[in-house]
Amino acid sequence: MQNNKLKRVDLIFSRDCPYEEVLITTLKKSNDEILEEILDSGLKGRGGAGFPTGLKWKFTAQEQDKEKYVVCNADEGEPGTFKDREILSQVPQKVFSGMAICAKIIGAKKGYIYLRGEYQFLKADLEKELEDFHQKLKKQNIDFKINIIMGCGAYICGEESALFESMEGHRGEPRNKPPYPTQSGFRKKPTVINNVETFVNTLMICRIGSKEFQKLGTADSRGSKVFSISGDTEKPGIYELELGMTLEAFVGEFGDDDTKAVQVGGASGFCVPRKKFKDTIIGFEGVPTGGSMMIFNSSRSMYNVLKNYVEFFKEESCGQCTPCRVGCQQLYEGIEAVKKGEKPATYLKTLQKLAETMKIGAKCGLGQSVGNSFFSIVDNFREEMIY
Amino acid sequence: MPEIKQLVEELADKHGRTRESLLPILQDIIREERYLSDHALSEVARELDMSAALVYGTATFYSFLDTEERGRFVIRVCRTIACDMKGKKQIIKILEDSLKVKVGETTQDKKFTLLETNCLGWCHKGPSMLVNDEVYTELTPEKITDIIGEYIKK
Repeated sequence: MQNNKLKRVDLIFSRDCPYEEVLITTLKKSNDEILEEILDSGLKGRGGAGFPTGLKWKFTAQEQDKEKYVVCNADEGEPGTFKDREILSQVPQKVFSGMAICAKIIGAKKGYIYLRGEYQFLKADLEKELEDFHQKLKKQNIDFKINIIMGCGAYICGEESALFESMEGHRGEPRNKPPYPTQSGFRKKPTVINNVETFVNTLMICRIGSKEFQKLGTADSRGSKVFSISGDTEKPGIYELELGMTLEAFVGEFGDDDTKAVQVGGASGFCVPRKKFKDTIIGFEGVPTGGSMMIFNSSRSMYNVLKNYVEFFKEESCGQCTPCRVGCQQLYEGIEAVKKGEKPATYLKTLQKLAETMKIGAKCGLGQSVGNSFFSIVDNFREEMIY
Repeated sequence: MPEIKQLVEELADKHGRTRESLLPILQDIIREERYLSDHALSEVARELDMSAALVYGTATFYSFLDTEERGRFVIRVCRTIACDMKGKKQIIKILEDSLKVKVGETTQDKKFTLLETNCLGWCHKGPSMLVNDEVYTELTPEKITDIIGEYIKK
C-alpha cells in the first residue's frame, strides 16, 4: 500500500491524553495483557534501528534477575534530529508514563533518562516535572523512580551499549554484542532502552488500543512518526506524520519546488535523489529514519554535504575499532584529494570499497552506517564529487 | 589551588565516590571552572581513589569535558550541515572579528573561547550556538553582535 498523500497525526504531542488516568488503568492490567497489546500494535523503536518494542520488553521481562532497569535514550545526536527535545519539553509526563508502564512489565524499580549535554537547559524543568510525577506514583503506591543522567557531548553515546558505559562513568565505547541489553545492559543487568518517542508511543497504544494504532501506517511500519524537517524548506520544524508515505508526497508538501535530494535519517542515513522520490517509501520497508529529513535544493553542493557528514563521523568515531577510526579519516582525506585533483576520479571506487569494509568490519552502528550516506551520495552525485 | 581541592571534596560528597560519580563530578567542575586542569583531574583521582590516567582518559573522551584552559564564556557554534547551509561561516567570521580570536582560541582576558561543535539539535532554526549552557538560534549578523555585546558587558 502506498501513500501518496501525507496524513498529519496528533498522537505524540496531543495534550488530550489524561496520562495519569491511562497510567492507572494500564497498571491495573496484567503484564501479559499489556505486553500483548504492545506486541499486537507492531510498534518498532523510533530511534532509527526499528527493533520491535514489544519483543524487547518481553525478552527483558523473561530474565530472572531481580535488578532491572528502564533507560530512556535522550542522547539525540543524529544531525537533523531534534524531535526528542521537543517531546521532552512539551509532553515530558507522557515519556515518564511510558517508562513506568515498561518498568511494571519487566519488574524494574529504577529508570534513567540519559539526556545529551547539549540539552542541559532542559534539565531543571524536567526535574520539576519528575518531582510531580513521582508524587503521583507515590499516591498509587507504585515503587518506581526516574533519574536524569547528563551526557557530555559524544554522539556515540546514543549507541545503547556506549550509553551504558557512559552511565557507568566510563569512556563511551560500544560493547561487543551479544549479550544484548535485554540480558546485560546498565550495570550488566537486564535493561530496556528505548528512544524518547517510543515510550510515548507505548503510552498512546495503552490509551487508544493496538487496533486503533494499527490503522495508521503500513504493514511494516505501523503508526506515525515525528519528523524533524530542516534544510531548504519553507516550513522547517517538527511534524507528526503517518508512516509509509512516498518521498514524492513528502517533497510535494515540504520542498521548495527545486528539491534536488533529501537526506533521510541524518548523516548515518541515506541520500535520495530527485529521480527516486516517486519510488521511495519512508518507513521500515523503504528508507527508515529516526526522524531526520534534510532537504537540499539545486543550489547545494552535494560534495559539501558529504564532506560535512564524513567530517562529523571522523570527529565522533570513538576510535575503538580500526575500520571506523582510520576509515573515517581516509574517506575524508580521500574525497578531498579527488576534488582537488590530487587523486584520479577512479579513486572514488577505492573509497567505496573502504566504506564497504567499514560496513562489515566496524564494531558498532556508527562505523557500519558511514557507508549509507557515502554510497548514496557518491553514486547519485558522482560528477559533483569530481568537478 | 586549595579551592579546587575543596570543590572536588564537596562534589564527591554530593555525587559519591564510585566510578559512576566520575562524570557528574567532572561536569560540575566544568560548570564552576569551565575546564579541567591537570590539578583538578589529579584531585578527582585522589578523592575517588582512581588512577589519574583513568580519570584523564575518561575526561578526554567527551568533547564537553575540556582539558584545555577555557574562557568564562565558551561559545560553541554548530558546524553541522543544516546550520552550515544557513550561514554559519558568516557567524564565525563575525565572532572571530569581534573577539579577535580564531576558532579554538581563547581571548587574552580569558573571557571568551570560540569553538565549533557538532549538531546541537536546532537544525530548523540555524545557525545556532551555545554560550556555556545557553542556546541561541536563528542567528543573524545583527543578532550575534547584540548577543556578544551583552556578554562583553558581563
